[in-house]
Amino acid sequence: MTQEQATSSRRPIRWHIGVFLAPAVLVYSTFMIFPLFGTLQLSLFTTSEQQTYFVGLDNFRTLFGDPRWSGAFWNALVNNLWFFVIHMLVQNPIGILLAAVLSNPKLRMRGFYRSAIFVPTIMSFVIVGFAWKLILSPLWGIAPDMLKAVGLKFLFAPYLGKEEYALTTLALISVWQYVGIPMMLIYAALLSIPQEVIEAGEVEGVTGFSAFWKIKLPLILPAIGIISILTFVGNFNAFDLVYAAQGALAGPNYATDILGTFLYRTFFGFQMQLGDPNMGSAVAMIMFLIILTGVCIYLFGIQMRMTRYQL
Amino acid sequence: MSVASADVTLTIESWRNDDLSIWQEKIIPAFEAQNPGIKVVFAPTAPAQYNSALNAKLEAGTAGDLITCRPFDGSLSLYKAGHLAEVGDLANMKNFGPVAKSGWSTDDGSATFCVPMASVIHGFIYNKDAFKEAGVSVPTTVDEFFATLEAIKKDGNYVPLSMGVADQWEAATMGYANIGVNYWKGEEGRQAVIAGKMKLTHPDWVAPYAQLAKWGPYMGDGYEAQSYPDSQNMFTLGRAAIYPAGSWEISGFNAQADFEMGAFKVPVQSAGDECYISDHVDIALGMNKATKNPEAVRTFLNWVGSAEFADLYANSLPGFFSLSNHNVSMTDPLAQEFVGWRGECNSSIRPYHQILSRGTPNLANEYWVTSANVIRGTMTPEEAAAHMQKGLASWYAPQQ
Repeated sequence: MTQEQATSSRRPIRWHIGVFLAPAVLVYSTFMIFPLFGTLQLSLFTTSEQQTYFVGLDNFRTLFGDPRWSGAFWNALVNNLWFFVIHMLVQNPIGILLAAVLSNPKLRMRGFYRSAIFVPTIMSFVIVGFAWKLILSPLWGIAPDMLKAVGLKFLFAPYLGKEEYALTTLALISVWQYVGIPMMLIYAALLSIPQEVIEAGEVEGVTGFSAFWKIKLPLILPAIGIISILTFVGNFNAFDLVYAAQGALAGPNYATDILGTFLYRTFFGFQMQLGDPNMGSAVAMIMFLIILTGVCIYLFGIQMRMTRYQL
Repeated sequence: MSVASADVTLTIESWRNDDLSIWQEKIIPAFEAQNPGIKVVFAPTAPAQYNSALNAKLEAGTAGDLITCRPFDGSLSLYKAGHLAEVGDLANMKNFGPVAKSGWSTDDGSATFCVPMASVIHGFIYNKDAFKEAGVSVPTTVDEFFATLEAIKKDGNYVPLSMGVADQWEAATMGYANIGVNYWKGEEGRQAVIAGKMKLTHPDWVAPYAQLAKWGPYMGDGYEAQSYPDSQNMFTLGRAAIYPAGSWEISGFNAQADFEMGAFKVPVQSAGDECYISDHVDIALGMNKATKNPEAVRTFLNWVGSAEFADLYANSLPGFFSLSNHNVSMTDPLAQEFVGWRGECNSSIRPYHQILSRGTPNLANEYWVTSANVIRGTMTPEEAAAHMQKGLASWYAPQQ
């Protein structure tokens, strides 16, 4: 006991930790933490006749209690979940597959494929949205003609204009754009697997597909976990692609409305509708809580239990 | 003129930067020639920034003397905040009817704060060659309208109706509001809804949806994903016969289409019915209350209400029609056709703009969605009307 106290009193105050952390803490607090509390504060007020009143949690009660507001909210949330599910089911498996193929040293022109697949990731949403709108246009698009050329014209529909297809189509466009990210991350994870491990497997007779399944996949699981959580955060903050392709009303009939577009319409208003910063902040707070919950589930439920192999 | 030793310079705030040359070359010289001692400068801002830039300038006291007014709530809030002066007492205000003034008056109509400049009229623009080929003439009743569409469809060379629902607003603006005025009898129905005497579920408000529901099959393949520019191109490239239009299309279409175009007004239910048109107020000019030269500003505004201004403005910008009661003859034949309907029919504005677009859910935006849904067939006319009524009643006391 006395010895411990003696140790701690002898330990010098470590100023450098504070000094080195200060810039990041300051910048982060100013631009992230402070606005977050500002948003929370804004969501507790209401504005009427140019006067601001404190209303407590009333905005949240409206959001969940008023059938019109809650209808729009749940619609956006369900759409958002579907948007995320498509990414998880399509983008990440394809990303892993592409990475596995690219990491095969026998493949020629690997660099070219890698760049070609990664390029859309650095393109603007506006360009991607507009380009795909044109490709899929029933009037001038090349999609109908290309399908016709291979005798599959019957498969073509005005995908972005049908309630049942529009959201999935947009999700797939987003997958097309972003598949390069999981590909690159997993590619890097695959490259970091030491050759000895693979060779040891080969000695045991584990080669080819089963080597991927039994050795490589467990080793890249942490990378897949990180990609999943990045996809989750990205998807639940998504806005731009839907806005660029379908406008703020997220047509047809709000079929592509996700939380981001719902927030935009509420906060800033749209066309004749005037913006309501207070209700908008309430929506933003809920979005924040959804993302926070998702990240926490991941951190405490998955990340901490994940087995790491010492390489 | 006695003390006018130095010239007074007035500045006009506007979002119409497209019109800069017209103001500089035609309108302002005409005014200055008659009013020596007053100089006018047209200083527009980019349309998307106009509202915020204007508000900031008004707050800071640096805004111009004359303010271009957007209709309804945008200007009303400026008036309520004390930035716009009343102009209802100007001599030439007598040249404007109540509909023309509605966009820039208080809800009860007691005060008017901008001089109306122009409106846009709705109707249909058609390809005369297509009509000739299909052997059809201009329809005047709803039945004839559908017979025309059917004949063009059978002929097969043209898409009968050039419209899509991807952007949704055309469905409401060129669809519902365009054809609806004939059913709810223009101002009569519109005022009744505002007063809470008529519900949006009334047959007069459901019938336009029922007509829209029949448009889909005439709109060409994939109209669900067809955007507004797609429809414009489809028509000007000569691939479609009829374009549900607003008059603002005229100058663009004149420049692009190489076939002869005509226009016809919204068909009535049965021959000989009284007709109505959507003649939507769009732009006006008001006086900054903080101006240092109120008399010069009033002189200019009064001139804006004159026949000479009406003629100059409407002919410089075909498709933007003067709102005054003067008989303006247009040099552009298509524009003349549109404006000619004013003499035959009753004018009314789009029903969801005054007062009714103030709350959440917003009636205007909701009409976009429901009209598009009805055309696509994912909502019945009755469902759409019920949805609209429920939304309006949720925040508008007279409808509860």
